[in-house]
Formats: sequence, C-alpha cells, structure tokens
Amino acid sequence: MLVAHAPVHEAAARLRARARWRPFEIAFWLAALASYFLMPSWHLILAEVAILGLFALSLDLLLGYAGVVSLGHAAFFGFGAYVAGLIAKYGIVTEPVLALVVSGIAAAVVGFITSFLVLRGADLTRLMVTLGVALVLREIANRLAITGGADGLQGITIGPIFGMFPFDIAGHTAYVYSLAVLFLLFLLARRIVNSPFGLSLRSIKGNPLRAAAIGVPVNRRLVAIYTIGAAYAGVAGALLTQTTQFASLSVLDFERSADVLLILIIGGPGYLYGGLIGAILFKLMQDWLANLTPQYWMFWIGLVLVLIVVVGRERVSGWSLDFAAAVRGLARRLVGSRTLASSPQDRR
Amino acid sequence: MLTILFDGIAYGMLLFVLACGLAVTLGLMNFVNLAHGAFAMAGGYVTVVLVNRLGVPFFAALPLAFVASALLGLLLERTVYVHVYARGHLEQVLFTIGLVFMAVAAVDYVMGSQQQFVAIPSYLQGQFNFFGIGVGRYRLLIIVICGLLTVALQFTLARTRFGSRLRAAVDDARVARGLGINVNAVFAVTFAVGSGLAGLGGALGAEILGLDPNFPLKFMIYFLIVVTVGGTSSITGPFLASLLLGIGDVAGKYYVPQFGAFAIYTIMIVVLIWRPQGLFARATAR
Repeated sequence: MLVAHAPVHEAAARLRARARWRPFEIAFWLAALASYFLMPSWHLILAEVAILGLFALSLDLLLGYAGVVSLGHAAFFGFGAYVAGLIAKYGIVTEPVLALVVSGIAAAVVGFITSFLVLRGADLTRLMVTLGVALVLREIANRLAITGGADGLQGITIGPIFGMFPFDIAGHTAYVYSLAVLFLLFLLARRIVNSPFGLSLRSIKGNPLRAAAIGVPVNRRLVAIYTIGAAYAGVAGALLTQTTQFASLSVLDFERSADVLLILIIGGPGYLYGGLIGAILFKLMQDWLANLTPQYWMFWIGLVLVLIVVVGRERVSGWSLDFAAAVRGLARRLVGSRTLASSPQDRR
Repeated sequence: MLTILFDGIAYGMLLFVLACGLAVTLGLMNFVNLAHGAFAMAGGYVTVVLVNRLGVPFFAALPLAFVASALLGLLLERTVYVHVYARGHLEQVLFTIGLVFMAVAAVDYVMGSQQQFVAIPSYLQGQFNFFGIGVGRYRLLIIVICGLLTVALQFTLARTRFGSRLRAAVDDARVARGLGINVNAVFAVTFAVGSGLAGLGGALGAEILGLDPNFPLKFMIYFLIVVTVGGTSSITGPFLASLLLGIGDVAGKYYVPQFGAFAIYTIMIVVLIWRPQGLFARATAR
C-alpha cells in the first residue's frame, strides 16, 4: 500500500497524519464517558458491551490489520477468563488489575505457542487449526477437575480494585473498570497500528510475498501480532470473569468465536472502531431479538451472518464508514478544522 | 477387544457416509461447507417423523431421508450457495456458520430441544454372538449398508462417465470447462448426492450418534477431521480416515475415557501442520 521506496520522512509524515485524533474519535469516547452519567441503570449491559468490544478489537488486530483469519479466537478469551477465575479463587493474585495483567500474559503465552501452528498453511488450514486449538482448550477445561468441568468455575470472589473500589451488584464499578481497561488498551492498539510495525502488518495483509520481498520479516510479524491479539482477548476474558465472578465452559464455545467474528464484520474490520461499534449494535440486536424470542436467538444471528455475506461485506462495513465520514464531515464544518481525508479502507 | 474394533468400524463407516459429500464439495469447488451436518440432521429428523409419527417402515424411511436431504441440498445449492462460491474462505465460513445456526434454532423451534430416537424394528436390536465376538445387529446393518454405498460410490467414480467428469473437474476445473464439461451441473448433482448421503447417514446414525438440534455443531469437527486427514482428491482417503477416526474414537473412549475427544482434536492439528493436503492425498502439481 505504501510505496516501498518513498523517503523515510514522507512515510513518517503519513504515519503521523494517520495517528492524528479525528473529531469522530473524540466524540465517540466522550459519548462513552457520558454514558456512565446518563445511563446508570444500563451499566451491567454497558460493561458487557465494553468487554465484547475489547474482544472484537483483539480480533480486529489479527483479521483487520494482519489478515489472519481465525475460527477459534475464543480460545484466548476463555483461557484468560479461566486464569483470572483460578487465580482469584485460590487467592494467588487478589488485586483485580494485577490479575488482569497476569491473565493477559498467560493468554499471550498460549498465543505465542499456537501462533507457530497458524503460520503454516493458507486460510483454510488456519481456520481449521484455530478451530482445533479452541476445541482442545475447551476439552481440557471440560475434563480438568480444577476448572469445575461443565459446572463452571464457581466460588470466585474478586477483591476491590486497587484495594479501594469493590464491585457492586448494579455494575457501576464494573462499567468504569471495563471502560477504563478498554480505553487504555485501545490507545495501545492505536499506537501499534499507527506505528511502522502496524504498517508492515498491513503490507503483509495486502500481499505476504511482496511484503517479504521489501524486507518485512513476515513470520515474525505474524507471531508478534498473534501474541498481542491473544493477550487482548485474554484480558477481555479476564474482565468478563471479574465482572461476573463466574467462568463457565461457554467462554470457550465455538459460538463465541463465531459471535466475535460477526461483531467485527458488522462494525467493519481494519479501523479499530469496527469492533466497538459492532459490539454496541450486536448487544442492542441481542437485547431486542432475545426479548422477542429468547430461545431462538441463534436463528437471528445466523440470518444476519448469511445476509452479510450474500449482500456483501464491503457494503455493510461501507455503511459504518459512510456514517463515520458523515460525522467527520459534520464536525469539519462545525469546527472548520482541516482533517485528513485518509479514510480507513477495508482492504482485502 | 474385537467388539470395540467392530463398533469402531461401524462408527467409521457411518462417518464416511456422512462426510464424503463434504470431501467432494471441498475438493471440487474449494468450498468450505460447515453446514454439511445440517443436511445430516435433516435426514435424521425426516426419519424420526416418518417412522415415529407416521408409522412408515424403517427401511422405507431410509431412501426417503436420502431423497429429502438431496432435494434440500439441491434447492439450497441453486438458490443461495451459488452466490458464495467466488468469495473468500472467510466469507464462506461465515455464511455456512450462519446456515448452521439457523438450522439449529429452526429444528429446536419445530421439534424441541430434546434428543430424538428412531424406533428401529425389534429384529435389529440386540447382539448376537459370533465366535465369541459380540456383534450388534444394528451395527452390522450399518456396516453392510455403508459398505455397499462405498463400493457403489467407488464404482461410480471410477467406471462411469459422470465419475470421470467429476474427477476431471476436481483435478482442474478450468481445463475441465475447456473440454466442455459443465462443471456447475456436475457440481450441483454432486452437492445434492453428497447432501443426500449425509441425510442417509444422519438417519442411520440417529441411533448411535444421538440426534438433537445441536447435531451439526457437535459433528462438524468430525467431518472436518475426516476431510482434512483424508484429503479431498480421492474417495479412499476420506474412507481410510473415517475408519481410523471411528476406531480411534471408540477405542479412546473405551480405554482412556478421561481424555475424551482430546486425542482426535490433537491428531487433526498435528496432521494439518504436518501435511496440509491431508494424510492420504497424492501430491498434486498445483
């Protein structure tokens, strides 16, 4: 995508331009902050949205930037969830933030090890290997005595955050906590994708052979981003365990991997906000449809998936881009500031 | 010991009939059809309704299950699947997962979420003793039917004009088109037959595998293992893979139940890493 022989300073300028905060982004996060004060009764659901958004963000790093497809991303989500649950249950790490870091690192280790499996083969092999890894992990969680098998991991008590803020039943603490973690990790992800490293990932997604030809160490980059994505997913899973004080086999389910793909595809991959917007839409849809027919919610997910593919993925993510562009245009007129027209594109 | 081997062979034969359609679709159109299990489920439920509610004899219900699933496959292939062939694998996977989810919820809505049993005739139940080996009558029936089907499939593929067209299309669809073979029509027929076989497998297997709305999700991975281990370029590859998987799974569950399904998942990953084209695939020039 970027011309390989462009002068270094030009490339740096482009990266800086890309990294500039746009009015749309500022508005997005202000809205997220405002939701805490304006929608206090929704905090439980909003916390779930933030966790889903983080999970989808982790997949976006892989799929949207590096072009790595995965059918088993729940493996890392579930691993993080169980690690967080186990270390809290047995009192190894009682402080939630520290436990979150530990869970993220644990998931990253698993991601690092399995990334070498994913390097081999094309899309189809990758889909099956990731699916297989998730199934193996689920089977392990199902069989081990320590994880509680099909009953789930019960009896987890989570200490107060920093020893000061205990979790409450209405989810106020949970929402602030999840949102803060999401925001911090989002900043980090933003930094990653707008760095030369992130640019090299995009070049790999565009064409691995040519990327290798201009000197990008393709395999090492893929291992790195896979590990980072796994860590993000692990933190998301750990957040879920901490805010719900429960971990069950469902965190490793195939449905969860499929859901997160759907979330990302609804929002559109490759511009970081796709996962977050997708998570909001997904939760709204779930809330609405589950009220209509609670038992058959799966049918509607399936229908959405089929429609997205048949109608065309580009068009769907195009809508959200149009929306983002409209918001940007509006903001530009209001503020009169010059924003760069480098719209994030869904390159495939 | 030999009883386990026998049960494993029956299980493997069943898996082969269930999965061989998937192998052909994957090899022919390079299409990842995760919804293959849904057709098997359709066949199973058709049999349940025919035998239990309408009192159709079991042996008359089996061909009907085949026909029903084949028609369903043909209908879906012509209406929705055709739009997705040209897409990437990710989209195909999303699409077929969507179909599976819809099928699971729809069956749940119509038939309820409890496990269904086919009322098989009493003369097929029980075991008899054959030189000290306990032989289940129903399992023997499965081996006979599936064995005959395998021979018929192999014959069709190897000896008939349609079979040679199909093999040509699998080897290189572009050249086959250039030779005047209507690859799309070949594919539609194959898809329908593959779905029908899956339906027949679902009907036969309802007794052994268990039939409930989650069937396509539960057995999706088994079908994928058969296809990935066996390769997609021949019919003997998936056949051997099915037998290995069936015997391995039955023996594993009998001797080391604490490992559960762990072993076969690991085997799949190892095979994929070791030989992405499948264990029994011949080397292709492509």
